[in-house]
Amino acid sequence: MSAISIVMMLVALCAVWGGLVGAILHLRRHPDTTSGEAD
Amino acid sequence: MSTAATAPERQVFVSRFAFIMAAVGSAVGLGNIWRFPYVAYESGGGAFIIPYLVALLTAGIPLLFFDYAMGHRARSSAPLAFRTVNKAAEPIGWFQTGIAVIIAIYYAAIVAWAISYTGFSLTQSWGDDAETFLMSTYLQQSGEAGLSGDFVPGVLIPLIVVWIVCLGVLLLGVQNGIARFSQIFIPVLVVIFVALVVRALFLPGAIDGLNAFFTPHWGALTDPTVWVAAYGQIFFSLSVAFGIMLTYASYLKKRTNLTGSGLVVGLSNSSFEILAGIGVFAALGFMANAANVGIDEVVGGGIGLAFIAFPTLISEMPGGAIFGVLFFLSLIFAGLTSLVSLIQVPISAIADKLGISERLSTIIVGGLMAIVSLLTMPTATGLSVLDVVDAFANNVGIVGIALIAIIVIGWISMRLPVLRDHLNKVSSFKVGRIWIIFIAIVTPAVLGFMLFQQIITFINEGYGDFPTWFVGTFGWGTMALLAIFAVVFTLIPWPQKILDRVAKARADFDADDQRRTAEAAATPPPADPKGGTDR
Repeated sequence: MSAISIVMMLVALCAVWGGLVGAILHLRRHPDTTSGEAD
Repeated sequence: MSTAATAPERQVFVSRFAFIMAAVGSAVGLGNIWRFPYVAYESGGGAFIIPYLVALLTAGIPLLFFDYAMGHRARSSAPLAFRTVNKAAEPIGWFQTGIAVIIAIYYAAIVAWAISYTGFSLTQSWGDDAETFLMSTYLQQSGEAGLSGDFVPGVLIPLIVVWIVCLGVLLLGVQNGIARFSQIFIPVLVVIFVALVVRALFLPGAIDGLNAFFTPHWGALTDPTVWVAAYGQIFFSLSVAFGIMLTYASYLKKRTNLTGSGLVVGLSNSSFEILAGIGVFAALGFMANAANVGIDEVVGGGIGLAFIAFPTLISEMPGGAIFGVLFFLSLIFAGLTSLVSLIQVPISAIADKLGISERLSTIIVGGLMAIVSLLTMPTATGLSVLDVVDAFANNVGIVGIALIAIIVIGWISMRLPVLRDHLNKVSSFKVGRIWIIFIAIVTPAVLGFMLFQQIITFINEGYGDFPTWFVGTFGWGTMALLAIFAVVFTLIPWPQKILDRVAKARADFDADDQRRTAEAAATPPPADPKGGTDR
């Protein structure tokens, strides 16, 4: 693989998979507040 | 856990996780596996990641939030959710419902083919000519444009299985059926697909495939069609703007983190697409290597990639039978979890409109859809119908109705600030003016351009090699029929108990807001705000 294609692969993986990890961590830090309707 | 006291007729996802898995199951579908790799390769390779990310952030995720806000605020199906914003907007919801019906009818057939091909992989039944096998031996296509009454049993039987499984899941309900099904099969899909990608990466030529896929062609970034392709990919892949995400969000509890969940769903969908791109291009690299040709000679997308190119390379690789079984199982699981979400849209809409239970609606609506699918798809001309209807449902139907929905809700009814406030009341990731700009300006500009371009192409060039009457009947005719269907269903009055339910849901939200505001005013700010953003 050429250097530039490796770089673009890493950019894609870091942006999207990194974004997913970030989104999951964000969600875990913010549990839903219960509302009396259920739970 | 009972919800009977406040929402007697609306099912709920018991947890945020259940909803996220169902929504990921819906978003991750066949398009992630067979559309994304091809579109990315054709639209700049590695450079495509830039317009792709821009499209995800400026249209995909904002539209996902829009759908969530619409469904969650009204806690009802697509037509009723649009009606609660503006009575004149109800046909938009019915048009979206109609599109979901049409797509489900043919989408089921493709999942049925994948079932057959899982079996074919074991013996590599396609021999050395996968294309002839698909068209003549398996689908028994006459090659003519028209409708035929000649049934192909090889397609009919797996298609019956697909409908039995889907309707069985849907009869179990939103939580016990849809959510549980996705909670089992999405992890299974990911495990299978990762195994498939790892295997593909160790094939000779795989690195050449990845190289071709990720090599950036920067010139593509100045080509507007590449940007439109990126928005199109994000738009079709995320299942936004045709009622699915709206319907799923309507089954959420009152206080659910909509935007936080939406970010996970949107990025999960894209993560799977990137993984699929790596797997598909590693496999295509092997295929090109084996045939001693360039990647551009073997690359393709859609049905051709899944049912012609992959069978060919399965025959060429060592251990191809296992690889084939895993590949087609991936298509089945990705397809089924998306298919149930498509069918749930009309089930929910008809249940609301007729004031019947969703279980009864599943039997009536799902049963009718199954019958139409079983009568039209496994015939000698099913593929031609599928091809034309698919092109129009996606490129004209979904794009057009998304554009109209945004104009009506955002511009005419001016309800985006209300939806923004709703999102912010229940969510951790706050949205503001930028979200409104993305929804009201960026998205309609891109959608409008896409729609205009596509309509001009269809008018001037028709579609494929199909005769004009055939494109007129199954393409434009289907769109016209959907528009009539949308108006007719709007004219049927809503049962009062359903309107009361929506009013009660709204009153509950307001009461909850007032209670929280009062609590916040009575309680001094906590010293440590960690973990309780709303209080």
